[in-house]
Formats: sequence, C-alpha cells, structure tokens
Amino acid sequence: MYSPKVIDHFQNPRNVGSLPKDDPHVGTGLVGAPECGDVMKLQIRINPETGVIDEAKFKTFGCGSAIASSSLVTEWLKGRTLDQALAITNSDIADELQLPPVKIHCSVLAEDAIKAAIADYHRKREAKVAAAS
Amino acid sequence: MKLPIYMDYHATTPVDPRVLEAMLPYFTQEFGNPASRNHAFGWAAEKAVEQARQQVADLIGATAKEVVFTSCATEADNLALKGGAAMYAEKGNHIVTCVTEHKAVLDPCHQLEKQGFRVTYMPVQKDGLIDLDELRAAITPKTILISIMTANNEIGVIQPVASVGAIAKEHGILFHTDAVQAVGKIPFDVNEVKVDLVSMSGHKIYGPKGVGALYVRRRNPRVLLAEQISGGGHERGIRSGTLNVPGIVGLGTAAELCRTEMIEESARLRRLRDRLNEKLHQSLDGMYVNGSMEHRLPHSLNVSFAYVEGESLLMGINDVAVSSGSACTSASLEPSYVLKALGAGDELAHSSIRFGLGRWTTEEEVDYVADKVAAVVRRLREMSPLYELMKEGVEL
Repeated sequence: MYSPKVIDHFQNPRNVGSLPKDDPHVGTGLVGAPECGDVMKLQIRINPETGVIDEAKFKTFGCGSAIASSSLVTEWLKGRTLDQALAITNSDIADELQLPPVKIHCSVLAEDAIKAAIADYHRKREAKVAAAS
Repeated sequence: MKLPIYMDYHATTPVDPRVLEAMLPYFTQEFGNPASRNHAFGWAAEKAVEQARQQVADLIGATAKEVVFTSCATEADNLALKGGAAMYAEKGNHIVTCVTEHKAVLDPCHQLEKQGFRVTYMPVQKDGLIDLDELRAAITPKTILISIMTANNEIGVIQPVASVGAIAKEHGILFHTDAVQAVGKIPFDVNEVKVDLVSMSGHKIYGPKGVGALYVRRRNPRVLLAEQISGGGHERGIRSGTLNVPGIVGLGTAAELCRTEMIEESARLRRLRDRLNEKLHQSLDGMYVNGSMEHRLPHSLNVSFAYVEGESLLMGINDVAVSSGSACTSASLEPSYVLKALGAGDELAHSSIRFGLGRWTTEEEVDYVADKVAAVVRRLREMSPLYELMKEGVEL
C-alpha cells in the first residue's frame, strides 16, 4: 500500500534526533497525541546571520507514513527561510510521498509540526526582546 | 527457515495436507448432492457429510444430530443470535453479551436492538475477563439469551464459560458461545460448559475457508431456532442450502485431527509461546501483555510495546506476518475496541501486536521473530519522541 518513497524514508529516515530545545536559535514543534497514535517532534535551527534554517531534526511516534512525512520535511526545511518553510503544505508532502487517502492526516501533522516549530522560534525571540527591554 | 514467517494463526490457518487429501475426492469423483436420496452419488456424499458431522460432534462432546453446518462462523453466530431471538421473542426481549465479542456477535446484536430487543454489553475487567457477578446482575426476567465467547480472537483470553453456563442454566436462559478460537485448541465439552449454542469455523483449525458449524442442543433443553436462510429445509430445517460437501469433509477431518493431537500440540505451542514471551521480556523494557496470561489460549500472545506505534512496527518486521490493534492497520482508523475495553488507554492499543502460533511454527522461527521484533522496537524507540520524553522524566 505504500510508495517506494515512504518505504525508503521509513527504512532510512533522514535527520532523526534532537537539537537543544533551550537554544534561542532552535524552534521546537511537538504535535499530535499518543492516544491518537501519532506524535511528531520537529526541531529547526535558524542561522541568526542569514535567517535560513541550517539544521532540522525529527522524532516521530506513528505509522510508516507519519515517520516518512517528518523525515521528508526535515530534508526540505534545510536551506529555507522561515517564509519559505511556511509555504510547505500538506499536499506537497502527500504528493511527494504518494500517500493513500487514509494517510493524508500524516502529512497534515507534518505541516502542523513545521508551523509549531516556527511559532516556538518566534515566541522565544519575542520573550528575549521583552526581557531585554 | 523460510521467509516470510507466518505468525497470525488467529486470522486463519493453512489447510492441513491431510485435510486437503480427505477433501479432494469430493470435488470430482464423489461430487453428489447429499440431498439426492435416490442414487449412489447422493448416498456417498451423504455418508461423507454424516461422518464429518460425527467428527465435529466428537470434538465437542456433542451428538451428531446437534451439529448444523453453515458457510462460516459468522453465519453460525448470526443464526444463533437472530434465530434464537426470533424463536424466543415471546419469552423475553433481553440479550446479554460483552463488549469484547467478535463483530459477528456484536453486529447482529445491534441489528436486534433495532428490532426492539434490548442488549446489555457487559464490560470486561483489566485482564479481559468478564465479572460473573456483573453477569448475574445483568440478568432480568426478560433475558432470553447470553452470548459470551470462549476465547477472544485478539487477546486470546479464555472466558469462564463453564461458570457462565451454570448461571444461564440456573436462570433457564439459553447460552451461546462463539468458540471459533477455542474449539480444537483447548478441551471443550458442551455438557461441561452447559452451553446450548456453539459457533465453530473450519479455517481456524486447519480446515478450509467457507465452512463453519453451529452446535444446537437437542436435549435439556431442546433448542429451537428460526431459520435465517430458507429454501429446501436442509439441516433439519435450520439452515437451507446445498451442503458444501468438500468443505464439510475438510471441517470434519480437521476436527478429528485436533481431537487426537490437541494435547501434544497445545503443550508444544505453549512452550514456544512462553519462549517468545520470555525472550521479548528479556530484551525489552516497557512491554505489556494484554489480557490474562493465566486464562489464555496456549498459542496466543498479545503485547504492547510502549512508545512504538503498531503499524510502523509491522512495517519494520515485514518478513513476519502478525497483526496489530493499531488504528492505522484498521479500516476504521480506530484502535482495537477489544484493547480499549481493557482500559489500558488508546496509546497501548496503538502499540499492540498479536502473535498467533500454530501447527507449523518452529523454535527457530520463534527465536528469529523475537530477535527481529526486539531490534525493530529499539530502532523505532530511538525515533520516538515519547520514549525520549519518558527518558527525560516528562510525564506524558
């Protein structure tokens, strides 16, 4: 039922791991719920000089397509600005991985994880600015 | 050792070659219709069917006349519930069953509710077993039928059916059991269990698919059922339709083999099942057995591996055929209702794997599966944010 791309990302996931979540240049998105069978943690590090994502890591509890969606997203995020990252949609992910209709929610979760990671990064920055003023 | 390894014997079993051999003549040479009363072709078919009926009866301590052949166990469940409810509707309108029953029992119960019957779906305890006091409390003067499965198809737990039978008898209520997973695997005697209706299947006991049977008690009491398939009055008017002679011969032979080999086979499978369980426990933490270990089919093991989602585990062990209670493996995208009923939380249902060992499972296969599962669980935990949070001491 899965495309070769899903199987490849599942068997050889890219960028599994964690970044220090207290680093001011790191944004962490944790989405999903264990009781629903899907939890994704996506982390991005933004280069303060260029504003470009220079590192992305994930950990996912979920089915093969959830793991593949998050693995794919980490590949896509590297080298993008935050605006470019926000432009990634769930249908981009679903199309690339040829997800079957019942697995579309996995790509939605991956999009949510990107947005959550960026929101977390902005929140940290604002807190820092507030603390400085 | 040949890959992939089949360890999903609850779903179905291969036909035993001895069963197939017994069936083959009934496709081409002995092809008669047992309802043909006037020639040798019909007589030969009838003789084969009656021998199979006796073989099935012998397996469960019944008499041959009490065995009604059906197309599958789902049909047997439907016949028992709908046929029983219709026949005894004047006596009452209440049925007692339990939430972890197979859909072949639950769905007919839902249909009966639409027709005005009242159904009590008893909960189960943490170990998957019903509480007999709750059963007693659920019975009303209007109760006409209790349906409690002998062994659960997902978690393999064995319900206290002999106690259920005693309670049913005490109250003069009919007792039906879906014994699909139990008959042929553990000793089962209709008189010891005091049961009135028993559903059985061919393809769970190394017989063919497309054949099942319903035991219908004929004495103390004589149970009557309203036929659900009309047309010709076959099977004593309870189930019309030309008999599936090769299938019935297969079911009969399979029953005979189970009866003669059960003690040896179940001891061997229990040893292998326990070996699998121990090896997994030795190599992994955060592993939970779902359902009672004590009251369990000897070939059955259902476990949850915390922090790992079941479908991804199945994908990882792709040369081993097992099944999972994870939502992602079901058409409904809901986690197993049986595991949810144990109250362990949806999370452990998503993480569950059912291992079913069988007649051709070897020790070598068990060892391979245990090692493979442990390796994949470890790999997926390294990828799991839940495992990481747990290691950091974060409450989930």
